[in-house]
Amino acid sequence: MFVSPIREPLIQGHKTYAQMTEDIIGPVEAKPTKTWMMAVTFTGLLAIVGFIMIGLTITYGIGLWGLNKTIGWAWDITNFVWWIGIGHAGTLISAILLIFRQKWRTGVNRSAEAMTIFAVMCAGLFPLIHMGRIWLAFFIFPYPNTRGPVWPNFDSPLLWDVFAISTYFTVSLLFWYVGLIPDLATVRDRATTAFRKKMYNIFSFGWTGTAKQWQRFESLSLVLAGLSTPLVLSVHTIVSFDFATSVIPGWHTTIFPPYFVAGAIFSGFAMVLTLMLVVRKIFHLEEYITLAHIESMNKVIILTGSIVGVAYITELFTAWYSQNQYEQYAFINRSMGPYWWSYWGMMTCNVISPQLFWIRKLRRSVVFTFFMSVVINIGMWFERFVIIVTSLHRDFIVSSWSYYTPTVVEIFIYLGTIGFFMTLFLVFAKVAPVIALAEVKSILKTAGDQYIGAGAKHGHHEEETSKPGHYETLIKPQ
Amino acid sequence: MSAKKILYGLFDDEEILLKAVKGVRAEGVRISDVHTPFPVHGLDEAMGLRMTKLHSAGFIFGATGTLTALAFITWISTVNYPINYGGKPYFSLPAWIPITFELTVLFSAVGMTLTYLYLNRLAPGIEPRVLDNRLTSHMFAMTFELEEDTPSEKREEIRKMLEAQGAVEVHEKDFDQ
Repeated sequence: MFVSPIREPLIQGHKTYAQMTEDIIGPVEAKPTKTWMMAVTFTGLLAIVGFIMIGLTITYGIGLWGLNKTIGWAWDITNFVWWIGIGHAGTLISAILLIFRQKWRTGVNRSAEAMTIFAVMCAGLFPLIHMGRIWLAFFIFPYPNTRGPVWPNFDSPLLWDVFAISTYFTVSLLFWYVGLIPDLATVRDRATTAFRKKMYNIFSFGWTGTAKQWQRFESLSLVLAGLSTPLVLSVHTIVSFDFATSVIPGWHTTIFPPYFVAGAIFSGFAMVLTLMLVVRKIFHLEEYITLAHIESMNKVIILTGSIVGVAYITELFTAWYSQNQYEQYAFINRSMGPYWWSYWGMMTCNVISPQLFWIRKLRRSVVFTFFMSVVINIGMWFERFVIIVTSLHRDFIVSSWSYYTPTVVEIFIYLGTIGFFMTLFLVFAKVAPVIALAEVKSILKTAGDQYIGAGAKHGHHEEETSKPGHYETLIKPQ
Repeated sequence: MSAKKILYGLFDDEEILLKAVKGVRAEGVRISDVHTPFPVHGLDEAMGLRMTKLHSAGFIFGATGTLTALAFITWISTVNYPINYGGKPYFSLPAWIPITFELTVLFSAVGMTLTYLYLNRLAPGIEPRVLDNRLTSHMFAMTFELEEDTPSEKREEIRKMLEAQGAVEVHEKDFDQ
């Protein structure tokens, strides 16, 4: 198969299939390291503190939070939108990049999908606890009841959100697990202890990798990717409808859906980078998550970051051009009112800093990328805070104007979800292969450094492709 | 079925395997199955496998989702308990598009995945028939099911053919069922 000379190898170190198995399954089989134990203890404790705070909230009510009559949505909904946004990268990488036939996807899709699932779990917590009476949460589902029956309002974006997020969670989980089955079978077949063999036997569902199984696997992956692509776009579109269909100045804008989707991908890629750069270092996977992968992700960050930047400026322009004084006031107040610091924090982190990635050297610097990935996630948190709190705190009547500061309970619930997310990710990274082994193997012949790039030494590949017939079997895209 | 005997050749590269699959089929010998550690492109065509109909199942499940959502919401909002929300019509189709879309995707994905698991005989607790532990790592196997009365000359013939096609090892294995 022809590979353009500008394509960089995506697998370094002249790997064979056996070595790839060893490198990627090895960390699963090894005893947990001290660093891992310490990290999981710390994040686990943080999660426990968060859950205690959630318990207090459920016991005493959301009066424990800093909300008031004017500002009824604040950190909770900010955190919800932030986590949902982070949860967009996994499906983007595994679905949209599958359809675009991007091979670098294979190195990072497994972790990105896991991250998606854990992020959506954290996101889902916030609307639930925000309800106040969480034990009545089942009221949001349409079921025959004795109250009429009164059904939920199908015309409301909040109900659309319930369907969007539960569908997104389910489909992401299926996509992730279907891909995981063959790799868990690899762990099963290498298992040396009876316990491990038994556990991985259960979780690998009896996979043996026959030709028909793989054929169905590929068919399912492609259709799930096709379904997930509009799904991932719909989820954040619907989240943005929660705001855009209201009449609050600063929320009531048609630009919200594309602006939210771009922001979600932007923050999701930043979180993937944060996690992958750590995983790559700890598990010594530098040969599978190469600088080429990091650079590709940074390019997506420039694109989505620029879209977000244009959206911010468009909002300002529209406020001025509309000649609507309420809209104009909302934006003047955002940048110069009591919450000016959050607006300028957002502008610096999201608009100015990703533009530094136009410099190739910075795009390919691991340390700088890690730093930027954290900056972007802070910036995207500020974005949601700016949209939610600054639009609400100046109510329609001056006597209702207010200011919001979070309480300790809210701060620890937020930190607790970060702990919960990290704990889940650490456990996942220990018990399952963090790289989609079977998929990475399938690109070895077209992206391994012994076949393409400056260091290529295997000439036989080109000879074989020149034979008619053989070419036809290989020309099928990955 | 009682005991099943499987003769299989192991290959260490998918390109050799692909050629071997074509070579063996050209000689008129029926291959029972091929095991690979990752999806090998062109293998299903080389083996003469039919294209899977899984995606058709996905479409049917998806269409079921669309109809379920539309029918259910229409019945609730226009027949069972109509409520006037802000003066909008009871039958307000545009507002129902998001949920209809989500249920289409949900039904299609869940239904298709369950069909996939059923067709591939995958479920927690199923005991796999593992021919060789390396088949999920770096080896590729071409298998032939043998009958009780398969003559030993026939076995020898398959063995020779596998070796000629580039198999690095040839083995036989019995399974209980």
